[in-house]
Amino acid sequence: MPKLTINNRTIECENGQTILQAAQAKGIQIPTLCYLEGKDPLGACRVCLVEVEGAKTLMPSCSTPVVEGMKVHTNNRKVREARKTVVELLLSEHEGECTLCPRTEDCELRELAGQLGIDVVEYEGEKPPRAVDDSTPALVRDSGKCIKCRRCVTVCQEVQHVGALFPQYRGYETLIGPAFALQLDDVPCVQCGQCAAVCPVGAITEKSHIDAVWKALEDKDKFVVVQTAPAIRAALGECFDLEPGTLVTGRMVTALRELGFDAVFDTNFTADLTIIEEGTEFLTRVRRTFIDGEKGLLPMFTSCSPGWIQFAEYFYPEFLPNLSTCKSPQQMFGAVAKTFYATEKGIPPENLVVVSVMPCTAKKFECQRDEMTASGYQDVDYVLTTRELGKMINAAGIDFVNLPDGEMDLPLGLSSGAADIFANTGGVMEAALRTVYELVTGRPLPMENLHILPIEGLEGIKQASITIEKPVKEWAFLDNVTVKVAVAHGLSNAAKVLDGIKDGSLDFHFVEVMTCPGGCIGGGGQPRFTTDETRKARIKAIYKEDEGKPVRKSHENPAIKEIYEKFLKKPLGEKSHHLLHTKYQKRVKEGAKKK
Amino acid sequence: MKRKQAVQSIPKEPENRTDSCEPTEEELLRSLDVVIDGYSKTEGALIPVLQSAQNLFGYLPETVLRHISTRLKLPYSQVTGVVTFYSFFSTVPRGEHVVRVCLGTACYVRGGKEVLATLRKQLGINVGETTQDRKFSLAVGRCFGACSLAPAVMVDETVHQRVRPAKVKDLLTMYREAKPGLREAS
Repeated sequence: MPKLTINNRTIECENGQTILQAAQAKGIQIPTLCYLEGKDPLGACRVCLVEVEGAKTLMPSCSTPVVEGMKVHTNNRKVREARKTVVELLLSEHEGECTLCPRTEDCELRELAGQLGIDVVEYEGEKPPRAVDDSTPALVRDSGKCIKCRRCVTVCQEVQHVGALFPQYRGYETLIGPAFALQLDDVPCVQCGQCAAVCPVGAITEKSHIDAVWKALEDKDKFVVVQTAPAIRAALGECFDLEPGTLVTGRMVTALRELGFDAVFDTNFTADLTIIEEGTEFLTRVRRTFIDGEKGLLPMFTSCSPGWIQFAEYFYPEFLPNLSTCKSPQQMFGAVAKTFYATEKGIPPENLVVVSVMPCTAKKFECQRDEMTASGYQDVDYVLTTRELGKMINAAGIDFVNLPDGEMDLPLGLSSGAADIFANTGGVMEAALRTVYELVTGRPLPMENLHILPIEGLEGIKQASITIEKPVKEWAFLDNVTVKVAVAHGLSNAAKVLDGIKDGSLDFHFVEVMTCPGGCIGGGGQPRFTTDETRKARIKAIYKEDEGKPVRKSHENPAIKEIYEKFLKKPLGEKSHHLLHTKYQKRVKEGAKKK
Repeated sequence: MKRKQAVQSIPKEPENRTDSCEPTEEELLRSLDVVIDGYSKTEGALIPVLQSAQNLFGYLPETVLRHISTRLKLPYSQVTGVVTFYSFFSTVPRGEHVVRVCLGTACYVRGGKEVLATLRKQLGINVGETTQDRKFSLAVGRCFGACSLAPAVMVDETVHQRVRPAKVKDLLTMYREAKPGLREAS
């Protein structure tokens, strides 16, 4: 293990580490605006410059490997002044507008400028022309704020395998974006918002629904209900400086009531509903495959993640028949709220406003899809990201941290532990198997605490197999059949699974895909900045929430039983088909407008 | 450089061309596919493929860029990113002669900018454009390696050194009157 000294302190580091990594591991902070953990360094922002004794110039610590005996200074006058110049140059081209910027609270550039004590930018000059792209339902890009760090390019290409963004033109003219100067809705962008999650400044942000939601809340004729996705409760606290992984379910409910929502419900309820519908669909596909000998029905892919849906529509349309026809829990909720719930409460559906709080930007796109009007209205009206909800709570002057716990309303607020784990990679599969295994064998999933360990954790592609023994009579043909499942998160991993299935090297019955690394807890709408450490903390909180629930399996949720008795009648029945299932469309990559 | 440079598609019937031996777009794409196949196992194939495509088509129209993106399995944004980065590549049809003015540091300080201004005035076009008679296209280069003889102007493959604004007219006349074939000989 090589040794080096940083600021006269001798430290050991691992082979192959860069100066930045070695320093970070020992808690020595070096600022950077372009580095992304786990990705090759770009050396684009020049903010991480350090002095290496004996080197002719200052070196970018993100891309300089440690050499035995190296003497590094991260904070002497020379380094500080150079760093200040670099940031001043960035600021000279940056459309500041800090007080008006949606990133005003968590802008990395602004924070760094503050730390460096920059109070005046001495470099005046031309600014590149500014272009604002708000062509998609989910994202807004502002080239005037872009500092060309290229984190978004790395994420879009390497993590998500989408490649919607790339540097165009050169030097001063450089524009980070789709081909030439096309807009996002002209290109196959899946609107996952991972670009917005890593952007250090306000160059890529979600399209805000905050004003629309305030307006609805203030409208006396409207009955406004809110649903919160499973991943919110493990992350919202970060908007109020709580540690990542702090569960704030109860405080979130109270805050939503204080904001003025007429009823506070849970997307978890429809996550449970998804399991019943999707589990039944899976078993139907299994029966048709094993008994009727039909081909092409398996594997079945989960369909909760709208970024993944669009990814398949653009890049792998041959797999669309394999996507579960189930709508996502968000959309099931909207459809059920504006029919079942509206009727029960005697509220005209046109006066019922459904607001979602999602860890996701693609949900803003999903709720505007043409198919999502099963109730006769747009099923979900507005989608707030976790960050947007955090802003609303702050704007309302609510002291979130000290709020008392509240309880969700009934019936659409009741959920099982299986619904909680929809928030993280592996969770939908585990939730589905908890129900499916029990339906087929009459016994609970034979795993400790109902957890399927091989599909937990942050590995990109996970696999598991479960052999069915002694099934009930109806499923006798599955005796000794080994069910093979896979879980992928991050679309580049999904692509690997799809390619493997295509070339025959991989073979599964059931595949879970979540668009974002870590699943929804790492979604594009979550509080910044999401590192792997943050992901792990949020996942841990989600499993804690699951284990704390009296009911841990979707089919045991009494509210779910009730909605089938009163309204839906049976899984995959006529009502379900109309309200809870959907169709997908092949999308052309060239010049296709969204929706 | 113009930011929102439109990508032109290939004219269906090339103007001023009656020669029936002129290959069709389909034939050219097939030739390009042969080139692409040759790179099927090579990383970093994009730039040589783009060069071949530009030699075949004379420029890089959108259809060709889309084709390259699909065949090389590279995002379209990456293909256009590379095309717009290098001044050698052009997305608009180019004239018979491409005039490149060097604006590398040495040429810039020794009057490259004035030479460019004169060329723009005399040709009546901006950088990246082609004259109406399709004789000349105007481009900017970043150092041809002829710094000691700055400012340099490259016409097609030939580097002209110590070009003064006053010499621009003669230079253009020479190419305008040149017989086809003289082009390569300088």
